[in-house]
Amino acid sequence: MGKTLAEKILSLKSGLDAVAGRIVVAQVDLVFLQDGTGPLSIRQFEKEFKKVFDPQRVALFIDHASPSPRKELSGDHIFLRHFARKQDCRLYDVGEGVCHQLVAEELAGPGNVILGADSHTSTAGGLGAFACGMGSTDIAVALALGETWLRVPQSFKVELEGRLGKGVYTKDLALHLIGKIGADGATYKALEFGGDMASDMDISSRLTLANMCVETGAKAGLFPSDEVTREFLRSQGRENCFIPVSPDADAVYEHMIKVNVSKLEPTVSLPHAVDTASPIEEVKGMRVDQVCIGTCTNGRLPDLEVAATILKGRKCHPHTRLLITPASRRIFQEALGLGLLQIFMEAGAVILPPGCASCVGVHQGILGDGEVCLSTANRNFQGRMGNPSSFIYLGSPASAAAAAVKGEIADPREFL
Amino acid sequence: MLEGKAYRMADNISTDHIIPGRFFHLRSNLPELAKHVLEDADPNFKQKVKAGDFLVAGKNFGLGSSREHAALVLKLSGIGGILAHSVARIFYRNAINIGLPVVICDTHNVSHGDELHLDLRKGVVEDKTQGTTLSLSEVPQVMLDILACGGLLPYIKKYGRFNV
Ligand code: SF4
Repeated sequence: MGKTLAEKILSLKSGLDAVAGRIVVAQVDLVFLQDGTGPLSIRQFEKEFKKVFDPQRVALFIDHASPSPRKELSGDHIFLRHFARKQDCRLYDVGEGVCHQLVAEELAGPGNVILGADSHTSTAGGLGAFACGMGSTDIAVALALGETWLRVPQSFKVELEGRLGKGVYTKDLALHLIGKIGADGATYKALEFGGDMASDMDISSRLTLANMCVETGAKAGLFPSDEVTREFLRSQGRENCFIPVSPDADAVYEHMIKVNVSKLEPTVSLPHAVDTASPIEEVKGMRVDQVCIGTCTNGRLPDLEVAATILKGRKCHPHTRLLITPASRRIFQEALGLGLLQIFMEAGAVILPPGCASCVGVHQGILGDGEVCLSTANRNFQGRMGNPSSFIYLGSPASAAAAAVKGEIADPREFL
Repeated sequence: MLEGKAYRMADNISTDHIIPGRFFHLRSNLPELAKHVLEDADPNFKQKVKAGDFLVAGKNFGLGSSREHAALVLKLSGIGGILAHSVARIFYRNAINIGLPVVICDTHNVSHGDELHLDLRKGVVEDKTQGTTLSLSEVPQVMLDILACGGLLPYIKKYGRFNV
């Protein structure tokens, strides 16, 4: 019987016939943690173990509260740096970027099994890796053993056809899909993407979609690896990581979802749930106090380019703050080289250092009581951005830029 | 066998409800962090909850972030176990890994304050107040073994590796 992408990768990494439903122990290619979940992981690790399984396959990231806004967090950062030195493993310090972006740029490859102490670890599925978020103790054990137990997930096949219309982006598709599946509609499953439109997608878009799969409850979101993947890896100087991975033609899926993306419109999710996708038309005119462009979902170069197209020669509305955060140092530098940061500055934006910025409510843009934010992030739970009495809408970088200019939720197509 | 009273919660309680990101700086200080457990979803939770209570939730309990602190602060508040209609994947593993039983069953008819008896081995919860028995969704053996050891670290200490 044919295998899905998830079954293929987990068979390879467990040495077993990994069919959906079976529990396997899989070898892990990369284990990583960040400054929010890492300190607890390390304390758990140090209770039982001495050495990480392979320093080359372990990475630490200081991205969530970066640079540190409080002395307690500075203490956590020192703790992580000390562990990295002691174990001789990689540490990405303040200003280098969001863990998932750096994993995609430097560490992940097709066919890998990747575990991260962060729910959006699924992002690397855009490169064909089985990448899965876990909590601190699971990560502590993976750091020591280089393996973990997994229930091989049933997969949903998501067939993407058609072409996105003007002003409509992968983020709109992601929100639409989550609305369709529901916040728990794919719990314990893997989402596997296919169809002509998926093959045509660039890596940045694939990462956006894989990133948001967890918002359906899924364990992983997976794209096959192909020439687009190879080209991306080559551009990062890592072509040697490339292997082709694709599902068998006769693989068995629990569920088939077909989306013709040509019909999609700019879409936003409403407060306080991600699966409340709604055409932007229905919330047009809602006053917006803060706009955030960035995060592991939409802080990549094509996202910034779209925002710059709209912001060029325009100004942010006087009552709207615009915060822009490139997802990594490399993206920051590319944006600088292309003159995008100049455009943002002239529009009145604040440019934040690569990292998570205001996404998780720790620093750099906490909302005030009653304030409304339109963010390109992946979550809008109550209190997510630091204040339970505020309201977060999620949208594409284009919708975000349009809102910054108009001071209210607006259709980005008006500006393109 | 575990016994406790039902403490009802709504659907879709996220890890941002259980312990919001604004308390990020307290994550290395668990007793302080635990003072804020569920305060956005149920401001009186901390005062009302009793040691041994079972949280009885609706669907998708624990969705969101991978922060294991969410499971830890519930345990530190005295929660003896969690019953939910469905449970988000990472939270589920996290709770089991720290020895906090989480079970999936039809929680619709359980009322706040009901007397509950949980028998993991038999796979049932008895609602003594209502005189009903709820059957649990099957729990993978590896998770039962981890729970029996009191968590993942003691499990690995006992077996040396994953014993599946
Ligand atoms: S950018 Fe937001 S969602 Fe992404 S890793 Fe950072 S906090 Fe999490």
